Amino acid sequence: MIITENLSFSYGGGVFFNFPDIAVAAGESLLIAGGSGKGKTTLLHLLGGLLRPKTGAISIESINIASLSDKKSDHFRGQNIGLVLQQAYFVASLNVLENVVLASWLATGTKATNKAKELLQQLDLIDHIHKLPSQLSVGQQQRVSIARALINQPKLLLADEPTSSLDDENAHRVADMLTQLAKSYGTALIIVTHDQRLKNLFSNQISL
Amino acid sequence: MITRIAWRNIWFKPLNTALSIILLTASVAIITLLILLQEQFEKQFDSNIDNIDLVLGAQGSPLQLILSAVYQVDAPTGNIDYTEAKTWMKHRFVKTAVPLAFGDNYKGFRIVGTTPQYLEVYGKGVQEGKVFTKNFEVVIGSSVAKKMNLKVGDTFLGSHGDVAEGELHEDHPYIVTGIAALTGKVADNLILCNVASVWAMHDEEGHEHTRGAGSVSKQHNHDHEHAEDAAHSHKDHHDEAVNEEGKEITAVLIKFRSKMGIIMWPRLIAQNTKMQAASPAIEINRLFSLFGIGLQALQYLAYGIMFISGISIFIALYNTLKERKYEFALLRVNGASRMQLLWLVLIESLLLCITGFIFGTVVGRMALILISGSSEAEFKMSFNPLVFVWQKEGYLLGLTIFVGILAAVIPALKAYSLNISKTLANA
Repeated sequence: MIITENLSFSYGGGVFFNFPDIAVAAGESLLIAGGSGKGKTTLLHLLGGLLRPKTGAISIESINIASLSDKKSDHFRGQNIGLVLQQAYFVASLNVLENVVLASWLATGTKATNKAKELLQQLDLIDHIHKLPSQLSVGQQQRVSIARALINQPKLLLADEPTSSLDDENAHRVADMLTQLAKSYGTALIIVTHDQRLKNLFSNQISL
Repeated sequence: MITRIAWRNIWFKPLNTALSIILLTASVAIITLLILLQEQFEKQFDSNIDNIDLVLGAQGSPLQLILSAVYQVDAPTGNIDYTEAKTWMKHRFVKTAVPLAFGDNYKGFRIVGTTPQYLEVYGKGVQEGKVFTKNFEVVIGSSVAKKMNLKVGDTFLGSHGDVAEGELHEDHPYIVTGIAALTGKVADNLILCNVASVWAMHDEEGHEHTRGAGSVSKQHNHDHEHAEDAAHSHKDHHDEAVNEEGKEITAVLIKFRSKMGIIMWPRLIAQNTKMQAASPAIEINRLFSLFGIGLQALQYLAYGIMFISGISIFIALYNTLKERKYEFALLRVNGASRMQLLWLVLIESLLLCITGFIFGTVVGRMALILISGSSEAEFKMSFNPLVFVWQKEGYLLGLTIFVGILAAVIPALKAYSLNISKTLANA
């Protein structure tokens, strides 16, 4: 459950964003569309606690993450927010399974190895768990990053252009998996994208 | 887990890692070797002069006198008259005076004519059998016993002079009456008999050479040939009381009752006799200060290599930082704190350094084993690679870790202060 109020952000030098209020309930999805330069990624980073808003509040499960300290913010993000980025980044020296498990360790201090395997199974990656991330295709990498984002059963799943580097087939597949898994884990899902292919798949949409 | 990631990371770039570790290993190995060599070398040298304040011997290089009489490595400076030496051995300052007469060797092990007191100066007495009492009875050092496989009651023939290939004295076999206890000093590699044995062995040639320079037996191989007169029987030399008149010995090891002797004797001896009194402590210090220059140069070289390895680690970390900033941003997104990233970089560097240190310590010791092998053969001096010089090696570990931290500090701070939003947005 996430609610924002009066969010605004400034990079300085006249770049200023005002964002519409957002409310997404657990298990629901929201697609935020908009062209480049409209502040899509900025909004996503605000929601993920990577940036601090100039004004306004972001409440996740009634905690205002804009008011948390740096360290608490890191911790809160690890436990409650999953991020899927446009490009999938990994710790290059760890294999697929270890990368997913690492996310659980960083957030909670315990290694959820079984959970990670289960998720990777659901994402059709069980044959690749001992490979290095660089040995996977782009579509597979993106699915691994979904598994990593969901390993801690976050309250909020944020996806930044998750499909833009994928072909049609993989784009559909990734979008489907995101919505399905969000629903089954009771996670609020917010996707920011300019990808036209996704617009037909989500009923709940806003434009920046 | 951070350590595990760090470990995996350093092996993800095996060439960078290998370079850093090899450089560190080289510098640590050299320094470790120097530490061990210096320590054990000095200890061996020092332990041998524990009970010797001065050495009385023929004039010449004092260092040579010390090396030959105390350490049994160099040729002697010459001989001294036993009667003259004896008056000084009875001087009131003297606590113990042990005469030495060099003569022959057995397969490279020196046979030294002396008194049983020699065993007290150097060590712990006889372990097996008894001390020599008659001519041609010998007590052998424990290393000699082991290497030559000699037991009490065995007999052997000595070869003339210093070299193992010298002419054999076939008329006078030595008989082993005792084996000395292991001392870790030069006595382990010696064969000891009474002074009279050395005289008796060389009596016949003694007529040939008069008071000339050179050890009792050295440098007379040519004289020796005609000394072996068939008519001459040596059997009667055994147990025969040897007339000390005009006889020579090589050196005397002196221990004083009062420290006054150490100060006064060198001048007294120089003024009143044709002999010299050399202080082992002073000569050995002089020797070490000569070595010291070489050792120091090596040490600087090793520190130079360590400095370069520090730079190598720095460059490796700094270069990969560029490609790894997304990795770091991602770790932060997943809930890692800034401190954890700082640690990650620092631990990577420390792992390299500690690995290098461990390798270096091992390699240094392997080098010591090699050196020990050749020094044992040449100087009868061996080094123990399993000795740890905790203090100095501790400093070395500290220095290595310091280099690791220094090399990592800038990359670690960069990782610490990484702006994740900016990094991910510019992707």
